[in-house]
Amino acid sequence: MEAFTTHTGRAVPLRRSNVDTDQIIPAHWLKKVTRDGFEDGLFEAWRKDPEFVLNRPERQGATVLVAGPDFGTGSSREHAVWALQNYGFKTVISSRFADIFRGNSLKNGLLTVVLEQKTVDALWELTEADPTAEVTVDLEAREVRAAGVTAAFELDENSRWRLLNGLDDISLTLRNEDDIAAYEARRPSHKPRTLQT
Amino acid sequence: MGRTLAEKVWDDHVVRRAQGEPDLLFIDLHLLHEVTSPQAFDGLRKDGRRVRRLDLTIATEDHNTPTLDIDKPIADPVSRAQLETLRKNCAEFGVRLHPLGDVEQGVVHVVGPQLGLTQPGTTVVCGDSHTSTHGAFGALAFGIGTSQVEHVLATQTLPMARPKTMAITVDGELPDGVTAKDLILAIIAKIGTGGGQGYVLEYRGPAIEKLSMEARMTICNMSIEAGARAGMIAPDETTFAYLKGRPHAPEGADWDAAVAYWRTLRTDDDAVFDAEVVIDAAALSPFVTWGTNPGQGAPLSASVPDPASYEDASERFAAEKALEYMGLEAGQPLRAITVDTVFVGSCTNGRIEDLRAAADVVRGRKVADGVRMLVVPGSARVGLQAVSEGLDVVFKDAGAEWRHAGCSMCLGMNPDQLAPGERSASTSNRNFEGRQGKGGRTHLVSPQVAAATAVLGHLASPADLSDAATRTPAGV
Repeated sequence: MEAFTTHTGRAVPLRRSNVDTDQIIPAHWLKKVTRDGFEDGLFEAWRKDPEFVLNRPERQGATVLVAGPDFGTGSSREHAVWALQNYGFKTVISSRFADIFRGNSLKNGLLTVVLEQKTVDALWELTEADPTAEVTVDLEAREVRAAGVTAAFELDENSRWRLLNGLDDISLTLRNEDDIAAYEARRPSHKPRTLQT
Repeated sequence: MGRTLAEKVWDDHVVRRAQGEPDLLFIDLHLLHEVTSPQAFDGLRKDGRRVRRLDLTIATEDHNTPTLDIDKPIADPVSRAQLETLRKNCAEFGVRLHPLGDVEQGVVHVVGPQLGLTQPGTTVVCGDSHTSTHGAFGALAFGIGTSQVEHVLATQTLPMARPKTMAITVDGELPDGVTAKDLILAIIAKIGTGGGQGYVLEYRGPAIEKLSMEARMTICNMSIEAGARAGMIAPDETTFAYLKGRPHAPEGADWDAAVAYWRTLRTDDDAVFDAEVVIDAAALSPFVTWGTNPGQGAPLSASVPDPASYEDASERFAAEKALEYMGLEAGQPLRAITVDTVFVGSCTNGRIEDLRAAADVVRGRKVADGVRMLVVPGSARVGLQAVSEGLDVVFKDAGAEWRHAGCSMCLGMNPDQLAPGERSASTSNRNFEGRQGKGGRTHLVSPQVAAATAVLGHLASPADLSDAATRTPAGV
């Protein structure tokens, strides 16, 4: 996983709540068997509207998505995270994320930042008034900064450490191979098996 | 202090617990399908890893599979390539696979329970958010992303932060004609699509205890629609009776040991939930959605709400957007909404009991002119069972299309889709914009409401069919 320390970029204000993963990447894109090439599928239906914020010339090259509450609800498709990253987003800010989407984002180095809605409102107002306004997401300081906005955010220490160092979860888990083997040895025999062994 | 059901199952699966780290949980059953696994197998291959526990892993094909002409090559080359990728990966790594055409093929969340693999007190994961379905057995079951699929394949564990617990107590008794689907839609409308975020839900109370396993699966299935990764119901005699004799259920001394353990899987009387919600079952009636998220629902007898009635600005805006997308007017009675398509199926309502319920409504009746009704069994086995009961004939006589098993129109990854502007009454789980096809409009309903809607051509419940004229006598 790519490490995330701090990022500064222009923002896309997305004033919508309950943005489900079917909107982020529609199901027909899920037939691909790679982790890349999803950028054109990002918000595909909404992008048909030339006025959709992502289509505005002043938003090209923006890397910070500032979204309404309950972002990433619905399907567990990790393709939603890949689509955001493939498009160029480095971080998403919202007052509330769906659990599975949040987990997927942090496994891929897309930093999802939870801020109070009033701070999200302030970022919307700032970046709508001035599309060139930059937003900094500083994971080391656990802080979001923009003109007139300084807001601390929470992220558990373990997730933060893995992101800052770009660590691979599987390798970390396999350090505990002995614990896994010991657990396996004491599992009861009535537990189901898919194969006769 | 006592522990909740979720806490007991969680504690029994902790491989490692350390200060400042998420718990490392052992996974008892890993279900795979073609959509969320290819990149995970690629990851294993890249790092030279194997599947740690092939005996706890099983795959099937469901999301992409066609429901017609399943003996012919799949027409869509991209869907075909994805299914072929799963077949190649399963062959290379040694994973048990039930491909299209196999008698055990079907929607992954229908297949696990019917094989008896889903058992009380197990941890079950799958790269699919509706894995919460398996919680109906008292399993801790949740959807995961592809990175986690790879993690489970490689280690049979997952690092997980301990969730909070929420009790959803359903008091009283469901009135006649009110189903598990109506109940869960009403629960989601009450707590909201984010209400369950960070929680494992435990459904309990007299109304839940009376439900069949199929109905319990419908409830737990839609936990994710309330934002909860997992929903659970304590196992009881209904659960044990469902499991007894299934291909992978324990036998002999193992059965006795298993049941003894399963009986311990109840929330202790002195356990404390982090949150509690109480629902009065007796106050419920058939429930349908009018909007574009599963929380935007109302009793069938109600009207489309006025967005102006929402105090919260973001909810008001969401309702305005939803009405615009759905092509509805505030104040329009829900019963006045006409549909083009009725879909009966999915991991929510594609089990045998659901098909029986829908068949009972359409038996001797006809699907309304201009309405297309699709009936898609949740698995090949469910399909066979339905055929043995003659349900396929009931549906076909009514003018419905009887199809082969798969996810089908729930998410339209195969050819079963709504055209732009088309409207459905669907027994599936998500009414998101474009979910069933670009520009398609979805109303979530129970199988009974779906069937009555098919007959009348507008949203309706079986009670609206009391007019004998809608049913032709048998043999006519």
